[in-house]
Amino acid sequence: MKRFGDFLILLFALFAVWQGLYAIAGETTLTSPAATFVHLGQLMRTEQFWGHVAETGWAFAMAVAISLAGGIGLGTLLGLNRTSGVVSEPILIALYSLPKVTLYPVVLLCFGLGISAKVAFGAMHGLIPVAIFTMKAIMQIKPVYLRTARVLRLSPSQLAMTIALPAVLPEVLAGARLGFSLSLLGVLIGEMFASKRGLGFLITSAMGLGDIATIMSVAVFLSIFAVAANALLLLIDRAIPH
Amino acid sequence: MTREGWIRLGVVLAATAALEALCRFGAIAHTVVLAPTEMTISLWRILLSGEYNADILLTLRNVLVSSAIAVGLGFALGAIIHALPRVRGAVEPLLASYYSIPTFMFYPIFIVIFGVGSQAIIAIAVLLSIVAMITSTLTGLDRIPPVLRKTARVFRMSPPARAVLIDLPAAAPYLFTGVKLSFAYALIGVIASEFILSGAGIGYSIAYAYNNFSNQRMYGLMLLVIIVATAANTALDAIDRRLQSRLRR
Repeated sequence: MKRFGDFLILLFALFAVWQGLYAIAGETTLTSPAATFVHLGQLMRTEQFWGHVAETGWAFAMAVAISLAGGIGLGTLLGLNRTSGVVSEPILIALYSLPKVTLYPVVLLCFGLGISAKVAFGAMHGLIPVAIFTMKAIMQIKPVYLRTARVLRLSPSQLAMTIALPAVLPEVLAGARLGFSLSLLGVLIGEMFASKRGLGFLITSAMGLGDIATIMSVAVFLSIFAVAANALLLLIDRAIPH
Repeated sequence: MTREGWIRLGVVLAATAALEALCRFGAIAHTVVLAPTEMTISLWRILLSGEYNADILLTLRNVLVSSAIAVGLGFALGAIIHALPRVRGAVEPLLASYYSIPTFMFYPIFIVIFGVGSQAIIAIAVLLSIVAMITSTLTGLDRIPPVLRKTARVFRMSPPARAVLIDLPAAAPYLFTGVKLSFAYALIGVIASEFILSGAGIGYSIAYAYNNFSNQRMYGLMLLVIIVATAANTALDAIDRRLQSRLRR
């Protein structure tokens, strides 16, 4: 409870810093916390805003689905064999730390302007971390577990359900958490660069109009969504036995 | 080189050759992706002509400046937070979900504050990379074996001497992981910012070439980014692995 209280103090301090910055920088560069939330409330009452949210949400949902399915599939495939795991790990890590924005034009050329390019770009960001975490989790299952399974003569399906899945689940969930946030980032960057719909576009168009209140409101809206979703995934992570 | 290393090289070469073949035989249109050999030639021409030298240097400088700021400031903040357990208890949930926030959305605000230029780009890159350094510093300071602290007490070391002779070397492997991550994030932050809105730099040049349908230049510059990023990250990763294996001794 005390920790929670400390966290509230921290949140309060963050708002105080925001208000302080607003006092220094003034109306033209920043909006105050109160004004931002009022503007966000106004935005949320317009139909246009929810249209943008739906567009981003739909692209994001598909990107996450592809990232999770593809990442877990690829990770499992590469992790089952030690050699393939050792061979592919540095390649995957190199791909992960590449600034993928530079490749966005290629995605645009392949998929055209539209939702499929955004989904592909989001999945590019999310898939690799999920694959890395899954692969490492499978490669690091303790050999004694597998030997126990052999002693008990478990069938392959039993082995997968009772031994492998519980052993890799925490790691895979950590990867999914990372994949989740990176897919969101990928979709948003995609919208910021080339799109006419979605929250990323809303931010770039507001940037062009010098509409600070909208930029701040959308950024706050996205931060709240991302932190809430992350907290939910952390709760699931705590609920499963380690 | 190990057997796995040779296989890895083979896989990368085979993938490049496959892309080359697909492009040469027309399975992938020339307007979509260029053949790898053409990309290399284009990159060679770009480097020879020197027309992008200023942009390349600017981007590299911004990446180095932002990772230096992120590492220095992140280490200092990490050490301060580590020394204050109550602050740490409050900050930790924030750090755990920090990377789920699309920090990048705040780039437009920095543009408004700093204007279009290096300052806004460095600010967003630091924001993106500093938390990796803070978390690594916290882990590193946590993992200092208690026996080393006791040894310091036995030798009656002063706090500064203990910090330099015991704490820093003991935490170094974890700190270096932070440096590696900070560099990778700073690179991503700088190039992404240049890409979205900027007037100079490699990211801007790629976006400019894309908008002008200048595929030759675009792919040449992309190849440059891929080579530089992969080389830097692989080198840092190799040092990181060395330090990590020292921990296991």
